[in-house]
Amino acid sequence: MTEMFRPPAPNTQPNNNTPSYGSTQQRHPQQTLLRIPQTVTETSFPQFSPSQYPAIIDMARSGGHEAQGERIIVRGRVLDENGAPVRRTMLELWQANAAGRYNHPGDQHDAPLDPRFKGEGRVFTDDDGWYMVTTIKPGAYPWRNHYNAWRPNHIHFSLFGPAFATRLITQMYFPGDPLLALDPIFHAVPDAAARERLIAAFDIEITRPEQALGYRFDIVLRGRGATPMEA
Amino acid sequence: MPIATASQTIGPYWHLIEHPEWADLTRFGAVGERMTLTGRITDGAGALVTDACVELWQASPACDATFPGYGRAATDAAGMFRFTTIRPGPLPGPGNAQQAPHVALNLLARGILGRLVTRVYFAGEPLNDSDPILNLIDDPARRATLIAHATGPGAWHSEIRLQGAGETVFMEF
Repeated sequence: MTEMFRPPAPNTQPNNNTPSYGSTQQRHPQQTLLRIPQTVTETSFPQFSPSQYPAIIDMARSGGHEAQGERIIVRGRVLDENGAPVRRTMLELWQANAAGRYNHPGDQHDAPLDPRFKGEGRVFTDDDGWYMVTTIKPGAYPWRNHYNAWRPNHIHFSLFGPAFATRLITQMYFPGDPLLALDPIFHAVPDAAARERLIAAFDIEITRPEQALGYRFDIVLRGRGATPMEA
Repeated sequence: MPIATASQTIGPYWHLIEHPEWADLTRFGAVGERMTLTGRITDGAGALVTDACVELWQASPACDATFPGYGRAATDAAGMFRFTTIRPGPLPGPGNAQQAPHVALNLLARGILGRLVTRVYFAGEPLNDSDPILNLIDDPARRATLIAHATGPGAWHSEIRLQGAGETVFMEF
């Protein structure tokens, strides 16, 4: 029998009921989640192909023009919980521009838009699980969660993996950001080590001379290996 | 052993990766019985959820170059989303059980830190009575939150309530 996907390690995933993040208050279920056995619906998923989902590997260039801001390269590996590379999987990225403004009608922050920065990326891992994308460092921006609330610099990541069970939406943060200590979304993850794993590392080996600073950000998707959960 | 990366909210600006055509799972030329699935999402205060990302995944019919099996839609100003897809068939379940036709939904939004996963079944389907997942739910009112109703030929609708009275059954696995 094929092994099932493991349940999350304790305290490593955020609680949907996180009162310090105000938007959760009306949006978290109050009933206990229904624990279901993993069936073909949970253990399979499409293989997304660049032929149908074209890659966007350089977010810092649009129409032949360079976006404003500090150019960076983000590179890392996508692994599963057994340490095996997740091959040929699709990653989506999106982010604010260097001034901390999203190219989105809902973002009314009084910071300039950059017509040369759309803010969307899409890349695929290679056979060893490596991905790489070029972008600009996103700015911090205010939000109205509490008085004087500012989101730390971050890039949103979307990953698919081999199964509906491995779908992941997360955010990559930057090392040394003083706003991390104050951010209720980051702190919604109870385990400190799990939070630290959301912070990329500056990497001189990824950094390209005369071109761009490099950051390393590895991502781990749920892996098989658990005793099948009792229904 | 590495530990799975923590989830974070998709936030209010996820539309930067929205591609409205992804809501049509027939766009690559899939063959089969077409259907639409609409839904409306409300929160614990009964307010419309107008900034959600709704993902649909169905393991039947099997995905291939003409049928992605996966779609994504945004909720609009009325809290509504809409998919066009191929009607799913039955699937194998645990043991010798057979699962009734269903699709899975993954709800992502500002204020949702992890994913909210639910399923949509179809009213009037005889296999619903023996579906091994539906039969985990004893309360008929809770079970009914997973059943879409026909609004016309090949048109189905589901009401999704994130919290409170009539709260939709959400799942972990």
